[in-house]
Amino acid sequence: MSAAPAAPPVGSAERPPAPGTIRLLWNRTATLCLLELVKLRHDRTELYTRAIQPALWLLVFGVTFSRIHAIPTPGRLPYLDYLAPGVMAQSALFIAIFYGIQLIWERDFGILTKLLATPTPRAALVAGKAFAAGVRAISQVVVVLVLAAVLGVTFRWQPLSLLGSVAAVMLGSSFFASLSMTIAGLVRSRDRLMGIGQAITMPLFFASNALYPTALMPAWVQAIARVNPLSYEVNALRQLLLGLPGNLAIDFAALLGAAVAGITAASLLLGRLAR
Amino acid sequence: MTRQPAVAARGLVCQFGPVRAVDDLSFEVAEGEVFGLLGPNGAGKTTVIRVVTTLLKPAAGTMRVFGLDTRRSTMRVRRRIGYLPQQLSIDGQLTGYENVWLFARLFDVPRRERRGRVEDALAQVGLEKVAGRLASTYSGGMVRRLELAQALVSRPRLLVLDEPTIGLDPLARDSIWERVLGLRAEEDMTVLLTTHYMEEAEQLCDRVGLLLNGRLRAIGRPRELEAALGPGATLEDVFRAYAAGGAEQDKGGLRDVRSTRRTAGRLR
Repeated sequence: MSAAPAAPPVGSAERPPAPGTIRLLWNRTATLCLLELVKLRHDRTELYTRAIQPALWLLVFGVTFSRIHAIPTPGRLPYLDYLAPGVMAQSALFIAIFYGIQLIWERDFGILTKLLATPTPRAALVAGKAFAAGVRAISQVVVVLVLAAVLGVTFRWQPLSLLGSVAAVMLGSSFFASLSMTIAGLVRSRDRLMGIGQAITMPLFFASNALYPTALMPAWVQAIARVNPLSYEVNALRQLLLGLPGNLAIDFAALLGAAVAGITAASLLLGRLAR
Repeated sequence: MTRQPAVAARGLVCQFGPVRAVDDLSFEVAEGEVFGLLGPNGAGKTTVIRVVTTLLKPAAGTMRVFGLDTRRSTMRVRRRIGYLPQQLSIDGQLTGYENVWLFARLFDVPRRERRGRVEDALAQVGLEKVAGRLASTYSGGMVRRLELAQALVSRPRLLVLDEPTIGLDPLARDSIWERVLGLRAEEDMTVLLTTHYMEEAEQLCDRVGLLLNGRLRAIGRPRELEAALGPGATLEDVFRAYAAGGAEQDKGGLRDVRSTRRTAGRLR
């Protein structure tokens, strides 16, 4: 007599069907972005402390240079208005450029190893973390936006402009977070990454159009500003939020290209961190 | 019909520069079995685990998990595995529930089942009442149980535990043993674990493999290995007998010792 078939053990339950590549990428990115929002909800301290520096740029630098009219702006725009999108992009940059430290911290605490053992391709993991940096940056940019509005900056509050601004900050931040994760994969140490991050942050900021028009810069700085994704992010924000003339298609193409290149480079180096 | 082994290593070689961490290793773990890899620091236990979990590609040989080659079918292998690494690896900025929820999403647990599965996994490890607390407030034993819940939420066929009780106090260690034994009884889950606690291996494992310098020196049921050494021998005696014959005591190196201390330090 044959034995009755045993009930299928829970451990042998059918696997859920594996999603396709695009869905997988979307699913992982959405998961890691949601996680960032949850962390922000638990601890908002960083949101407040990080608001101090952009507030100083607007209140001290912006207000003073508006009064002395030292920097010519397109269409005689008040300097504070011209500066505000630059400070938004700067605060997003400052958040994203140290994101690689989080990755090294996760490596040290075994979290990265565990994430790499889940059915998540490396590119999806890096993209998820890069856009999660964008989510954190957006929360910071909202603070700067409100502060600038309180100081009298006249923004265009159309929903499409705001959505476009969110997209520009997300893409810009994901590039800088990927750059940080790429450096993390190369140097593999928190201290070294901190040093490199500090060394490149201010040059990236000054060699962009965040503070003043690139036409005022020496030729060699202009050349750097032309390949600096931060310039395209600031350009996009100025067009969307202030209505300044420009070419949004070029700005978004540059930001998208930079984000894809950054995510690819960081994905290729992620394995070095997991060793 | 013969069930294919849950884990099958054939002539496995892992090389890091001049160091051969795993050297021509072959062994099998049957489905539903609890198998322990024993060995001193630097014996190659964690390297084997990294190959099983697809984190490391072997220099030679093959590793199959439920018949799937870990080198070629990476994603399919990962979908069948629940992994608890040696280091404490929870996110203290998230609650217990959120830590498990993350893994439910990463393993594509369908949305309609997700909440129930997360709650079940937390209940399985006895953390349902503290699931809403930030994980940074958990004790070392609770953290390990939370990690077990993360590994279980995808209902894996193979649970891989790398030094699951390292640095835990005896009560917390008992609690982890109890959960692992419970899983074996209730879920028919295959468990592959590494340890250098002989008592743990005796309590939990159906069979053990003794790894030294990347090579398998002995394999069998704990009682068989003890009996082969002589009357009254314990698994610790077996371990010492083999280790004295071939282990390079300092092979684990400072890095291994530091890693162990770091893990133990975080559990305090």
